[in-house]
Amino acid sequence: MEIRHTVLELLEEICQTDAVKENVDIELFDEGLLDSFGVVSLLMGIEEKLGIRVGISEVDREQWSTPNKIIAVLENLA
Amino acid sequence: MIPYSSFSFFMILGILFVPVVVLGYKEKRSIVYNSLVHAVILLLAFASDIHQLVSFIVYIVWQVILVNWYAAYRKEKNEAGVFYAVVFLALVPLLVTKLLPVWNVSNIVGFLGISYLTFKTVQMIIDMRDGALKTVTVKEQLMFLLFSPTISSGPIDRFKRFQKDMETIPTREEYRLLLYKGINKIFLGFLYKFIIAYVINDRVIETPFIQAHTPLSTFIYMYAYSLYLFFDFAGYSAFAVGASYIMGVKTPENFNLPFLSKNMKDFWNRWHMSLSFWFRDYVYMRFVFWMMKNKWIQNRYTVSYFGYFLLFFLMGVWHGLELHYVAYGLYHAALMIGYDFFERKNKQWKIWKKNKGTEVLSVIITFHVICFGFLIFSGRLF
Repeated sequence: MEIRHTVLELLEEICQTDAVKENVDIELFDEGLLDSFGVVSLLMGIEEKLGIRVGISEVDREQWSTPNKIIAVLENLA
Repeated sequence: MIPYSSFSFFMILGILFVPVVVLGYKEKRSIVYNSLVHAVILLLAFASDIHQLVSFIVYIVWQVILVNWYAAYRKEKNEAGVFYAVVFLALVPLLVTKLLPVWNVSNIVGFLGISYLTFKTVQMIIDMRDGALKTVTVKEQLMFLLFSPTISSGPIDRFKRFQKDMETIPTREEYRLLLYKGINKIFLGFLYKFIIAYVINDRVIETPFIQAHTPLSTFIYMYAYSLYLFFDFAGYSAFAVGASYIMGVKTPENFNLPFLSKNMKDFWNRWHMSLSFWFRDYVYMRFVFWMMKNKWIQNRYTVSYFGYFLLFFLMGVWHGLELHYVAYGLYHAALMIGYDFFERKNKQWKIWKKNKGTEVLSVIITFHVICFGFLIFSGRLF
């Protein structure tokens, strides 16, 4: 639960829209909500708030394309 | 013999591929036979010049030693200094190749495709530093580096993606589709490179009118050269991707209708994609992460702009140290920073509203801005 909550909070802040909370299957890259800079901010936030370290090269844009998918990847890592 | 440049090359390739296709349909893959295919293509590419062949072999040995040493080291320790030293050592052959012409020394180190191989090696070292890549055998590394369809000019694949294709053998139906797509791409390449690019070069660029340096001829040259560059390189890339498909490897695409880009960010997601994504992932994102973590610059936009500057400066220099390549890099850095600033401000100001009209206008403006970039790149101006 903590992962889900934190990731959605981070995404809302980075993408500057609550659409990411309303639709957790929204395509973040295709909709122009998340770019490389956003990914870096997200990784920093994840490391700070959840203590999970994800390397930049581990971010596969297909596996990280929606809020739900990101949460699933992180739950697997934790 | 430069790969994909002559009819005889395609004849040889076609004959070499016959057993690959037969095995593919039987849901099989022979590593021994595929290695033989790679060896023949590499020999065709380098054997005409003994210096190139020797440089190539020495280079590969050097990179294999570096990557394997670093993989072993990384299991025990993870010091930043060692990482930077290894990356630097992996870059040395490329740096020497780029610097020798500047010092007027004849180039004995370089060979066709050295910069593309360097991208592959550096990528592996960085992935190891991140912990994204743990173990790599010499065989796996050689298969990745020596994959011959993309040897001369990319597209630049990623090790883990490539590895996945190596481990899975397509089913009969999957292979049939891969083969079909592969042949399709190769014929698209013929159209692009040997018909369209050839005609533009022969009928426009090489004419006395364009060769005379008048303002009007330079203006026409700008568009002709931009189109030529696209069709020539996209044609080459289609050959490389198509040949990869026939060998069961889904090498990433390099182009996605770049002249229909809506803005500069969109353009770099459509033009020479495997290169720009490499720089995005291994230069820009890393730089931004590092700067933000160390909190050296507070403003996040300033960090991003420095990142863009670094990315495009390096990309420019990578093409060569000549002034026009550096200028090309700086031109795109300025455009990217400018566009990013505009995009952000436009969210408040709303001067450029989103509708069909502005979208068409955006594509037209972006097209001309891109073409001017290629005019700088061509070296015709200075």
